[in-house]
Amino acid sequence: MSRYLSDVAVLARKDLRLELRARNTVPAMLLFVVAALVVFHFALPEGSSDLAAKGLLWVAIVFTALLGLTRAFVAEREQRLIDGLLLAPCDRSAIWLAKSLSVLGFLVVAELVALPAFALFFSGIDGATVAGVALADLGICAVGTVLAAMAVAGRARELLLPLLFLPLAIPIVIGGVGASVAAEPARYLGFLALYDAVFAIISWASFEYVVTE
Amino acid sequence: MSSEEKYVAAAYLVVFGVVLLYFVIMALKVSRLEREVGELADLARKQRHG
Amino acid sequence: MSTSLRNNRVPLLAGLAAALLCAAIALTFFYAPVDEDGLNQKIFYFHVPIALTAYACFGWGAWKGLLHLWKGKPGADLESYVAIHLGVIFGAMTLITGSIWAKVSWGHWWLWSEKQLVLFLVLFLFYSAYFMLRFSVEPGPQRANLSSVYAIFGVVLIPVSFLAIRLANQYIHPIAFNRNGPQMAGSQFFTFCVCLAAMLALFAALYNFELAGKRLDARLRELRELLT
Repeated sequence: MSRYLSDVAVLARKDLRLELRARNTVPAMLLFVVAALVVFHFALPEGSSDLAAKGLLWVAIVFTALLGLTRAFVAEREQRLIDGLLLAPCDRSAIWLAKSLSVLGFLVVAELVALPAFALFFSGIDGATVAGVALADLGICAVGTVLAAMAVAGRARELLLPLLFLPLAIPIVIGGVGASVAAEPARYLGFLALYDAVFAIISWASFEYVVTE
Repeated sequence: MSSEEKYVAAAYLVVFGVVLLYFVIMALKVSRLEREVGELADLARKQRHG
Repeated sequence: MSTSLRNNRVPLLAGLAAALLCAAIALTFFYAPVDEDGLNQKIFYFHVPIALTAYACFGWGAWKGLLHLWKGKPGADLESYVAIHLGVIFGAMTLITGSIWAKVSWGHWWLWSEKQLVLFLVLFLFYSAYFMLRFSVEPGPQRANLSSVYAIFGVVLIPVSFLAIRLANQYIHPIAFNRNGPQMAGSQFFTFCVCLAAMLALFAALYNFELAGKRLDARLRELRELLT
């Protein structure tokens, strides 16, 4: 078990260190999310409710996550690192966990900017929203990592990932918006936790089949 | 026919239409397969007598 | 299964499906009593069985996908693909008949408060992406693996989405239209069951038919390679 966790730590640290050196994914996500929020300001006509803005926050998060996920396996594919990774004597699912954690890291950094920006441009963020964002991030990264690995195996990978990801993201958006907007957020937060648990399990179990050739 | 009946008829027609469309697509496929089998039979005949 | 039974499977199933469909239509129009809902209840007799059959298709596709990943059964991936392909067709039919029913019952072509319709929209998007995935990867073991994993994700998505949509309706449409529940009179229930059996038989017939066609394709390709 500790061997598994140390494998995960090594792999995740590799991704984070690569990003620190190259610095291309996280700045792009940051810029994108702020730009998206500005676009949303202009997309909401006069008299739109606060609630509409809260809904759009979730759109911003989902598409920013997509940006990060699209980059997730690109480095591996381009430099054929994935074959090296697969030869490594670690459980394939450790690759999934490590990659999810690193994407989660990037997404959280982007949200550390996005949420205050949202509070600045639109309306305040309450605890339920933050909890919703946290839970949603877990689900997005778990499912997104598997789908990113699938998309990278095909031809039109940047086109394919959004198509694969958005239908699965719909329940996450429902849970998140519900948590931000509804009077009783507990139900929605519970649903997000359920989504995370269910999809994390099947993502963890199925990842090795996705990367074997 | 009342407008209600028209809609019901439309729904059934759609189902019927899709099934018929499927039939047409399959019929095209069968004729393609027949053509291929014919070509392969010619090839086999040529190989035997060639 | 004896070879003769397997060879005759498609015509037998087609015959069964045809007989059941005729019976279903006859029962729907001549036997089932006209409800307070009026004539548009008749659409219900086809719409719901088509929806249930679509779920069955997706479930069957996921099952075959699981067999492929777990047991490595050859041909399971092709069977999964055909099942999902038919599922998308039945799903599209569900959306169309559901939309017509919404128009007749409530005057709108689309209702976000109709959970079944919204669920099918999400599933339709999901399974359409299945084909995008399949066509962007070269045929081979990896494509089969990816398709199987995706099919399994799909079948898990069905209940999760349904739950989500139910939750969503609470903050999007606090006022939902009321609909007749499944309390049906005996004769209505019988008609419904026959319609359901008819749709499932149709699926079984189409499924075996398509599979036979695709297997024939593969064997012809093999033959061609042997001869040239």
